[in-house]
Amino acid sequence: MAINYGSKRIVVGAHYGLRDWLAQRITAALMALFTVLLLVQVIVGKGPIGYDKWAGIFSSQWMKTLTFVVIVALLYHVWVGMRDIWMDYIKPASIKLVLNVFTIVWLVACAGWGIQVLWRL
Amino acid sequence: MTELASKQRPKRPEFRNINALSDLPTYRLPPAGWVSILHRISGFIMFLLMPFIIWMFDTSISSEISFEKFKAAFNIGMLGLPGFLWKLAALALIWAYLHHFIAGLRHLWMDVSHAAVSKEFGQSSALFTLAASIILTLVLGAKVFGLY
Repeated sequence: MAINYGSKRIVVGAHYGLRDWLAQRITAALMALFTVLLLVQVIVGKGPIGYDKWAGIFSSQWMKTLTFVVIVALLYHVWVGMRDIWMDYIKPASIKLVLNVFTIVWLVACAGWGIQVLWRL
Repeated sequence: MTELASKQRPKRPEFRNINALSDLPTYRLPPAGWVSILHRISGFIMFLLMPFIIWMFDTSISSEISFEKFKAAFNIGMLGLPGFLWKLAALALIWAYLHHFIAGLRHLWMDVSHAAVSKEFGQSSALFTLAASIILTLVLGAKVFGLY
């Protein structure tokens, strides 16, 4: 990356776009892999899925750690996506700001709840 | 020739700004356009229903007692709403996830493959995305509502 300070600093343009675009795809790939991994664990073994089997999937440390990473990935993925939606459809800067703040609060609150559930298992 | 030369050709509509109420109902989208807008809508639905998703994760996994509460919400009801409405909400999430997932894979594939960036692949993969997500939703919906 070019030196981005001093009098030649780039102050305009969507140069931050590539990072978010890439992050959205990497987090998507990660979540897709997690989905497949979780589905395999749900499907493997016969009979209807009860509490023991379901809770057992998330009981191992590696699964907890992975789920934690996926929650963080989801947080960033949804932030990029929701910001895109507000940028495209909401024109007044004041409403856009309120919606962006709401999105962050909503997402951080949800992630916190999810991680709390995960950690006390 | 005569048709091209004649001056009575109707003026083609021109859109400067699309009005949601007067233009959208008559606005015809190709399959790829439907996949695109539904990708947004499905993502938005999952964003709004995120507390419900985490509530399901919480109650289904925290203890056997909460697991029973989880089942009761769908079989009997919760917060004054009957069980089938909660099942319907879950089914909406199932569709949203399936559509977002398949459309997302389509996106990723188009990002890494130059061969996939063509009108033909755009059309066929869009039709596949729409069909697969709807069929899988129907199959899983039948399971949710206990048809098999």
